[in-house]
Amino acid sequence: MRRVSLTGLLTNAVVWALAVVWALPVVGLLMVSVRPFSEVVVHGWWTPYGHFTLNNYVEVLFDPAYAFLQGYLNSFIVTIPSTIIPILLAAMAAYGFSHFSFPIKNYLFLTLLLIMAVPQQMVVIPLYFMLRNAHLINTFLGLILIHSSWGLAWITFFMHNFFKMLPREIEEAAMVDGAGYFTIFFTIVLRLSMPALLSASVIQFTWVWSDFFFALMFLISPDKYVVTQKVAYIRGEYHIDWGLLSAGSVLTMLVPLLLYAFLQKYFIRGMVGWTVKG
Amino acid sequence: MPFREKRYFLFFTLPAYILIAIFVITPIIGTVIISFETKNGFGLDNYVKVITETSPEKALVYLRRMPRPPPWGAMIHNFIWIAIHLPLSILLGLVLAYLLRSVRGSSIVKSIMFLGMVVPMIVGGLLIRFMYDEFIGIFPRLFALLGFKGILAKDWLIYPQTALFALILGAVWLWTGFNLTVFAAALESVPTSTIEAAMIDGANSWQIFSRIVVPQLKPAIIIAVIMTVLWDLKIFDIVYVSTFGGPGGASNVLALVMYLYFARALDYGRSAAVSIILALLTLIPGIWFIREVRKSEKG
Repeated sequence: MRRVSLTGLLTNAVVWALAVVWALPVVGLLMVSVRPFSEVVVHGWWTPYGHFTLNNYVEVLFDPAYAFLQGYLNSFIVTIPSTIIPILLAAMAAYGFSHFSFPIKNYLFLTLLLIMAVPQQMVVIPLYFMLRNAHLINTFLGLILIHSSWGLAWITFFMHNFFKMLPREIEEAAMVDGAGYFTIFFTIVLRLSMPALLSASVIQFTWVWSDFFFALMFLISPDKYVVTQKVAYIRGEYHIDWGLLSAGSVLTMLVPLLLYAFLQKYFIRGMVGWTVKG
Repeated sequence: MPFREKRYFLFFTLPAYILIAIFVITPIIGTVIISFETKNGFGLDNYVKVITETSPEKALVYLRRMPRPPPWGAMIHNFIWIAIHLPLSILLGLVLAYLLRSVRGSSIVKSIMFLGMVVPMIVGGLLIRFMYDEFIGIFPRLFALLGFKGILAKDWLIYPQTALFALILGAVWLWTGFNLTVFAAALESVPTSTIEAAMIDGANSWQIFSRIVVPQLKPAIIIAVIMTVLWDLKIFDIVYVSTFGGPGGASNVLALVMYLYFARALDYGRSAAVSIILALLTLIPGIWFIREVRKSEKG
């Protein structure tokens, strides 16, 4: 029973106007990044005429002063293991929580929930000294271990919610056929959980890729910088070259944006799915 | 049918808990200890000093000679952040989620609004800065066109009167998509028949929104409020990259003060004390979150 009414039209207009406003910053930054900054300063980025160029990108990526390409590589080196390790370990832990009993199980689970609310600031000072003593400061391995551990709590919680809903019949049938828990977990449960694992991976990947604070604390030399550090570094203290900065920003958000574009369903489920019951 | 083998429980959970014990729980305890360490044993020195700090760049509370523009102290700024950002982003998210039901192309609108959640926060901070830039930013240009001459026609982020509020407005842009998505997902589980029945009974849109939609969405609203408050308390990247707490501490926040003590002053004790204060504040929504999770598991 959809009627075309004045209020209906008005609602559409208002909401779409808002959406345009919402898209403006990203569109604007894209425009600045593909135009010579000298032109943007004079005419503004919203003019449809003028020159278009990829010079900003070339300079940011390859100029040794910015070396974004190196930052990109570093980000992948950190992010890929920091996604795979916690996903696997957290899926195992969630399986343990949902299938077996243990005396202090409830308290262990409560610890996870508490950790989820703890700010990063609460761990970095001792971690800094721990990594320094272990000669892991300014190394990718150190940062990977921290990101992996930090992701475990929420992914375990997320996977636990999913495992609760998995039908037990398949597992029980496999048990009757003589399969052990390990076989069941690694061959059956993980395969059935692919959608949830993918959701968690997409979010953990985006989260680690986007992280700035841990990287800022533990990666010290510019050749180790990840993209978020690189882009903050271009900003400079006094003078801002928006041409370079916008190109760097676009490159930094490109990877999460692509993930979002192609895996939107999993992305949204991962980020808000667990907040809604079911 | 619960399986009952402690061995299996340990096998599956131990690897995760070993990492958590080393890299999360040990440092949490470490931070508590460092925060109490003083020159002569243990005490509350660090806490007293960070709370009574009077330089506007590091003060947590700085409310002398009011009324005047910020800086008002980092902790006060976090509270103001919550006071403005929380109601705006929740209300906007709720209203939009409701309106989107009757908007064409609503999934595109949702995707656009969610952009703020997808871009790394450091880029979010740069985008905010870009919008307020005196030469190429939209806001100053717009206000200049409307005939404004003062601060509003210049870079909003470099004046103490506007910096904090300009950042908070930017945060609304970044975060509303999260709330909207939570509400839109929850709204799908509200049966259309309930709403249609109310329409037949002659209820108007506002009545349907306030009497049916909002009460039905209560669990989702609670979660969104908790997540928003946590996000507001932990805010760091945006401020670091756009204003670095400036000018003169006017947009400072707790997480940045913690970083300044650590990286600039090399005062680990006070840095840890600020961390603890921040963590205690996040504990309030944190405990609320646990209660909600337990409630939904029972119900």
